[in-house]
Amino acid sequence: MASTTTVQGATKSTPSRSWVDFVRYRTLHFVGIVVLTIASIIVLAPFVWTLATSLRLPTESFTLPPQWIPRNPDWSNYARVFDEIEFFRMIFNSAFVSVAIVVGQLTTASLAGYAFARLEFPGREALFWIVMATMMIPLQATIIPVFVLISRMGLNDTLASLILPSLPTAFGTFLLRQYFMAVPKDFEEASLIDGANQFQIFSRIYLPLVAPGLAVLAVLVFNTHWNEFFRPLIFLLSRENFTIPLGLNVLKGYMMTGSISVVLAGVVMSLVPVMLVYAFGQRYLIEGIMMGGVKG
Amino acid sequence: MGYLFLAPTILGIIVFIAGPVIVSFGLSMFRWNVFEPPRYIGMDHFIRLVGDPRVRIGFWNTFVFVVLAITLQIAVGLALALAIRQRMATGLRYYFRSAFFLPFLMSGAATGIVIGYMLHKEFGPVNYYLTMIGLPRVPWLNSPHVVIYTVVLAYVWQTMGFTFIIFIGGLSNISQEVLEAADVDGAFGWRRLWYVTLPMLSPTLLFAAVVGVIGGLQIFDQPYVMTRGGPGDASRTAVMVMYESAFKNMEIGYGSAIAVVLFIVILLVTAGQFALSKRWVFYQ
Repeated sequence: MASTTTVQGATKSTPSRSWVDFVRYRTLHFVGIVVLTIASIIVLAPFVWTLATSLRLPTESFTLPPQWIPRNPDWSNYARVFDEIEFFRMIFNSAFVSVAIVVGQLTTASLAGYAFARLEFPGREALFWIVMATMMIPLQATIIPVFVLISRMGLNDTLASLILPSLPTAFGTFLLRQYFMAVPKDFEEASLIDGANQFQIFSRIYLPLVAPGLAVLAVLVFNTHWNEFFRPLIFLLSRENFTIPLGLNVLKGYMMTGSISVVLAGVVMSLVPVMLVYAFGQRYLIEGIMMGGVKG
Repeated sequence: MGYLFLAPTILGIIVFIAGPVIVSFGLSMFRWNVFEPPRYIGMDHFIRLVGDPRVRIGFWNTFVFVVLAITLQIAVGLALALAIRQRMATGLRYYFRSAFFLPFLMSGAATGIVIGYMLHKEFGPVNYYLTMIGLPRVPWLNSPHVVIYTVVLAYVWQTMGFTFIIFIGGLSNISQEVLEAADVDGAFGWRRLWYVTLPMLSPTLLFAAVVGVIGGLQIFDQPYVMTRGGPGDASRTAVMVMYESAFKNMEIGYGSAIAVVLFIVILLVTAGQFALSKRWVFYQ
């Protein structure tokens, strides 16, 4: 996009600038804003349409022209979601799985990240690179043996089958190691004088200092697993164990000939928790994504 | 002491990641349907999958998808990240940033549902507006020639917020002095973008390309929910073929062979990207 000319520096007056440049700068600025506005409308349109259509009468949900602002909002579609599928149960399942994985990953990754950043032991570098190398392994390359293992453990069709294999995290270990390394060493020395042991130094001194890193990992992991589809599709069989994305897929199947407004009402409800996480934790969410790009 | 801290992660990785990868390679050499004991067949599955039309079309569709989707993801994400850097009111910037990031919060399944409905041939709002301006209805999901582009569209809509944020981070890391120096030397506009901004941003571009391709090669959720791979096999992806072989047809070994091939493809493509990057990525 041509608008790079318009970064802050461009407004400083340099001798070479003439009114031609000024006009060009103004034009590009205007074009940039117009392009952004159009892009934002295109990107947001599916959200607005989803919300508006979820409030239409079931009989007119697919009636054209599309309605962007609901004239007589009809909330019955939201109630229907709970009639058609066990949506309460699915909300619970999704929340339980996501929160359990968040807590589990925060535990394993903070311990490992701390060890790699702050403890001295033989083979540390080699182990670190081995753990990092596992980040390259795609889910598909492990899922069949994990499925077999889960079945052998008698855990197939349970929420534990989703939680247990997700507890170790190479990415989380890397992320928290970065945060632990950024803590000045003076803190540890101060605590050694007081006679604290290694675990107390970790839990009382360091852990509170990397709270932003924990928040970053928590929001990223919550979003990932709240929205997860592939593993639940394979591991879960009975409806009462389904998570929300699976439930929406089933609901879409039921409503093939019925009202899409009901399905869209389900979509809207599935978005509420991630929207709340974004509203309160966007700083961490965005920081986490940027950290991958800048440091990776 | 260090080992104690590492124990949960290392054990977990051995049991749920490293071990299973090795087992996947092993399973790919067995014929096994779970009910009968597995039977060793050597490389037979790999020979079979080369000639299997579903596997071939699955990998071909995935290839076409990745090339288009990742190119668009990077181009659109970069364009928006560059555009949002100009002077504007803080509230406006916040609105744009949130708007572009929002779809990334949605699940692949929900994206498939919403975009699928919006692109419905008869009743979808998109075709409604197309016919209003005199264009023909596009068979977004019904035509085997079109459907893969529809998957690209849905995927790019959902994920470009991620590249957008990555590029905002990368751009903010470029020092203001370098850009101002370029201005003084008379390099601005397209020339500054091409000769200064993009080279400075190249490590971030490489990261976006690598992460994007790895994610793209695993495409499954959106086309599965929208079309189940159809019409025919036109939107069947590599992962979908693997899923159907292993978990629908209960050919555990054959599914593993497809997974192994996908893993090797991901490794080779990533290695290739890093090898090529020496020619165009510029580290300060």
